[in-house]
Amino acid sequence: MNDPHSAGPAADRRSALLAAARAVPDPELPVLTLGDLGVIRDLRVADDGTVEVELTPTSTGCPAMAVIADDVHEALRRAGAGQVRIRTVLAPAWTTDWMSETGRRKLREYGIAPPGPAAHAAGGPVRLAFSARCPRCGSADTREVSHFGSTPCQALWTCRSCAEPFDSFKAI
Amino acid sequence: MSGLRTLPPLAAYALALGDDALILAQRLGEWVAHAPQIEEDVALANIALDLLGQARTLLTYAGEIEHAGRDEDDLAYLRDDRDFRNVQLVEIPNGDFAVTMARQLVFSAYQYELYTALLSSADATLAGLAGKAVKEVAYHRDHAVQWVLRLGDGTELSHQRMQAGLDQIWPYTEELFDPAGTISELPGVADPATLRSPWERYVTSVLGEATLQLPEPRWRSRGGRDGLHTEHLGHLLAEMQHLHRSHPGATW
Repeated sequence: MNDPHSAGPAADRRSALLAAARAVPDPELPVLTLGDLGVIRDLRVADDGTVEVELTPTSTGCPAMAVIADDVHEALRRAGAGQVRIRTVLAPAWTTDWMSETGRRKLREYGIAPPGPAAHAAGGPVRLAFSARCPRCGSADTREVSHFGSTPCQALWTCRSCAEPFDSFKAI
Repeated sequence: MSGLRTLPPLAAYALALGDDALILAQRLGEWVAHAPQIEEDVALANIALDLLGQARTLLTYAGEIEHAGRDEDDLAYLRDDRDFRNVQLVEIPNGDFAVTMARQLVFSAYQYELYTALLSSADATLAGLAGKAVKEVAYHRDHAVQWVLRLGDGTELSHQRMQAGLDQIWPYTEELFDPAGTISELPGVADPATLRSPWERYVTSVLGEATLQLPEPRWRSRGGRDGLHTEHLGHLLAEMQHLHRSHPGATW
């Protein structure tokens, strides 16, 4: 009934709602939208008009998930949705590979090194070491200070060239 | 609360894994503002948060299977110590930083094998969680490895204290691989016994590189999966559950 691929008012409405949800800023990194992060898995309008959204967390313990769900709810209501149902789905696991090019550029401009390609293929070894480029001076001469940074999805790095510390998005 | 013996086996399994994660998250949280470096405050809090996220998924799932209306909060805050199914390893006090790192090494290495095995689970919820959690645990394990290497292969004093930390937690490691009730007969779950040899290979190689001796304890812990705990768990729960129990049903 609401086939997103078909043209018509139903498809237009879904696109508008999806755009509204994707435009919501991430509460911890407001420079990124949920669309940039790629955490909105699906959006459907059910036959009774209920808008069903599937979100995926960037990490299982992401403390921002409740706020994200509230913000999406609010944005959809403003875009004209009546009932909204938000579901959190874990599989397939979110990966930084889903982050848009725009998102990566915004992160860099904001002073956070964007993630490299995620090395974790199914069942393969997890590669933790990659060199983050300094988002301030562009130098590749950097080192990781700690695997863990100001949010669960970032690590703490420092640049040997300009001596500035910076956050780097973990490639997961 | 009702006894856990009435829980369906899959719920008991999810609860056992969830309780391990929940109790260790609480323990690691105790380090915040007490770690030797501010980066470690942040690291241990992040690890605790990941574990809490895993616990929330697992406890919620256990409650859904049990089908008695208990949610993650009911299970975390309203059970007494005898109803917790975690291994004793995660409830013993943090000790010094070396004791905590020794525990982090053995537990993260165990969880890494566990979640890797669950990736191919027939159970969609467990497989979904594993896909997410295995990436987080890889970071936890690597964090512990770096410290164990640095302290073990460091100064005479750091070596001595790292070895002491290892000796202290080692009697609690074997329990991770004990069968828990009917768990090993369930389809879609990881038989704990099968995790032991990859775990041992990994941990042994790290200890070798860190110039540390594999401890040979004269006793081993038992019974956490059946609700038998050390006296430390009750104190931990008193702190963890106090607020929730003082203000039942409070929201803000």
